[in-house]
Amino acid sequence: MKGITAKKQQRQSFELQLHLQKYGTIYAFAALIIINMLLNHNFASLGTLWNLTIQVLPTMLTSLGMVLVISSGGIDISVGSVMAISAVISGMVLTGKVPVVGSGVGIAVAFALLCAMLLGLFNGILISYFKIQPIIVTLILFIAGRGIAQLLNAGGTIVFYNNKFTEIALYRIGGVVPIQLFISLFFVLVIIFLLKKTTFGYYIQAIGENPRASRLSGIRTTGVLLSIYVISALFAGLAGLFESSRASCADPNSIGVLAELDAIAAVAIGGTSMSGGKAHIMGTVFGALIIQLVSIMVNMNNIPFAYSRIFKAVIIIVAVYLQREKRS
Amino acid sequence: MKDNYLLEMKQVDKRFPGVHALDHVDFRVRAGEIHGLMGENGAGKSTLMKVLTGLYRMDEGEIRLAKKAVSFDRPLDSQKAGISTIYQEINLISYLSIAENIYLGREIMNRTGIDWKAINQGASEILEEMGVKADVTQPLCTYGTAVQQMVAIARVIFAQAKLVVMDEPTSSLDEKEVAILFRQMHKLKEKGISIIFISHRLDEVFEICDTVTVLKDGKLVSEDAIKNLTKLELVSRMIGRDATDVLKRKKGQFEGEQTEILFEVQQIDDGSKLHGVSLGIRRGEILGLAGLLGSGRTELAKVIFGDNPSYTGKLMIDGKAVHWKAPRDAITHKLAYCSEDRKAEGVFPHMSIRENLTMAILPGIARGGVVDSKQQKKIVNEYINRLSIKTSDPEQLIRNLSGGNQQKVLLSRWLCMEPGFIILDEPTRGIDIGAKSEIEMLIQDISQRGISVLLISSELEELVRNCHRVVVIRDGLNIGELEGDALSEKGIMQTIAQAVTQAEEDVG
Repeated sequence: MKGITAKKQQRQSFELQLHLQKYGTIYAFAALIIINMLLNHNFASLGTLWNLTIQVLPTMLTSLGMVLVISSGGIDISVGSVMAISAVISGMVLTGKVPVVGSGVGIAVAFALLCAMLLGLFNGILISYFKIQPIIVTLILFIAGRGIAQLLNAGGTIVFYNNKFTEIALYRIGGVVPIQLFISLFFVLVIIFLLKKTTFGYYIQAIGENPRASRLSGIRTTGVLLSIYVISALFAGLAGLFESSRASCADPNSIGVLAELDAIAAVAIGGTSMSGGKAHIMGTVFGALIIQLVSIMVNMNNIPFAYSRIFKAVIIIVAVYLQREKRS
Repeated sequence: MKDNYLLEMKQVDKRFPGVHALDHVDFRVRAGEIHGLMGENGAGKSTLMKVLTGLYRMDEGEIRLAKKAVSFDRPLDSQKAGISTIYQEINLISYLSIAENIYLGREIMNRTGIDWKAINQGASEILEEMGVKADVTQPLCTYGTAVQQMVAIARVIFAQAKLVVMDEPTSSLDEKEVAILFRQMHKLKEKGISIIFISHRLDEVFEICDTVTVLKDGKLVSEDAIKNLTKLELVSRMIGRDATDVLKRKKGQFEGEQTEILFEVQQIDDGSKLHGVSLGIRRGEILGLAGLLGSGRTELAKVIFGDNPSYTGKLMIDGKAVHWKAPRDAITHKLAYCSEDRKAEGVFPHMSIRENLTMAILPGIARGGVVDSKQQKKIVNEYINRLSIKTSDPEQLIRNLSGGNQQKVLLSRWLCMEPGFIILDEPTRGIDIGAKSEIEMLIQDISQRGISVLLISSELEELVRNCHRVVVIRDGLNIGELEGDALSEKGIMQTIAQAVTQAEEDVG
């Protein structure tokens, strides 16, 4: 009798572990919300929710790019610098500092994203064709990119008022729901579709799991890797645009600072292995929400901002501990 | 022999979700004996050994080592208790030197730190005693699998274990190396050390073991002294039915002498292992490629499949010269290659059976880059049935399958693209006799369907049993070809031996 209960308990603990691995991030998010509601009675309002969806968008976008990169067995620490460059370039176009292309919003966005993709191409070529380790290649752009962003406008912040561009970030559907919610949803769905339904999605994970077997299965590993870094940079570029649009300015010194670490943290909290393999999209989404929620929580309770980093670190440790691969 | 048991495992029970991996198994090993542990893949051998070494925790049961009850939470605990393990896949660190590998975790220290002189000297002495010639200061990866396996054994000897678990230690060794290994095993035995020996090669088990325990489906079948067993009895116990029909099978008649040559290899030289090898294969033919380790068999396969594009010579398909830049070019021309190294070049461990099985055919079942999941599921189910892959769910991760079933998934990966020519590199290595016979039957079946097969194998028996024709190579060059009545194990061995003598005479 005793043996049977022991076995039952053991099986239950195993199932609990699996359950936590799958849904742990969602529980953590819920727990954070509850803690916040207890700490601060103003928290439980729709306004806070809209705030969260608005503020999380840049982190959400960079995390979605990052989860592809990490799934393929790589890393991209240049996303913060790419955000800054794309923001500054869009600002320069909008304020007419790039004479050739004009100063329309569409052109500014297109030009900024094109530049971001070129930076991704730079990463991708060095990583896939020249086989340099991703952390080194993206470190180069991490260092140089911030410098380029600062040099582009002689280190100054570009301010743009009363512009169609800034209206994008302020737009609320029906005057209530921020557009950011739909943008986030849209890109989450795009990435889920990409990973679950397309050959490209299969290949990303395959390369992360076993590059030799991928090549022997006929996968164009260099092409796939190249595309992944271009996509990551494109998402970083978008993030930079939304960040500057919301702030009505592009400050090369502050946009995207530490964004790469938030993105990596979101992916880690979400349960994707840092050594490559299966990409957990919903985990990453809630990971990004948790990271942002910590910042909001610190703000609302007048805790010095520096503490938010320590909170994030604790959350990462707990998340990675819960999701570690269990030995039987 | 007196029943002086070093190890007693009693009523060991272990369940995984959905699988009863060990069902109250009794297993015991006497002091100073070599004990064979046999069973098909999935019989529970590895699980039992993982329970023993502390990698898994058992649900129920008892382990006694030298009469004392023990329980290991971690592999380190079992190592401290005197149990050492040598795995099939070598668990050493390739960029450390041989000496460092042997002494890892047990470094000799002097006042200033690690005493490299003592370590290097100690390591050379150990290897010398084993009859292995190698420079112990060189990184391990500069040596082949055989030396690496010997280093793993040297580590065990050095660790002064009481009980050594050897999980398929011979699967990557050639005959000479196996002989060296067996000599070492005898030495260990003389010192009173017990060995648990796991192997799929029956001859080896009969040669080296004193006692054999057979497991099937997680249950104990029998424990016997080897002298009371015949080969046929042992195999029948392992597969649970009469084995006569498994070991004797006739290959299908090949009446394709008139059919045209599908693929031709002319004077291939890759500048290292291949020096002008040529061969031609007819439609539906099973062509064997024989030769000692290092003769260039796998290298040739890699040239044919486009994995190594830098070579001189000519590849021709249907009489037209081709040159692939990468394996995918070969795949578009309906070539397939099932690698000898399942782990490094085959499986995507954390992906499902479905994903693994369809990895090479994805472009064929996708429209605009979007995979047709209905068609995908159909293919997966078809091949799970056709090759009788044992699984409850195609969404199961491939790494949870036994070696034989993993191999079937990989074979399916290539067969589902309906190739014209498939290269099978050691397709039955490290898999149990039941799965092996199924795979051999499959080879006959694909040949019947008009697919050409290039079969690379170290097992001469396997080549003779399956091939219509065998080409023997040595140092990257053809040295003979056998067909019809001349095709026998003895014939292949003689061809290799003659060429060796010839070469020695040429040099002398």
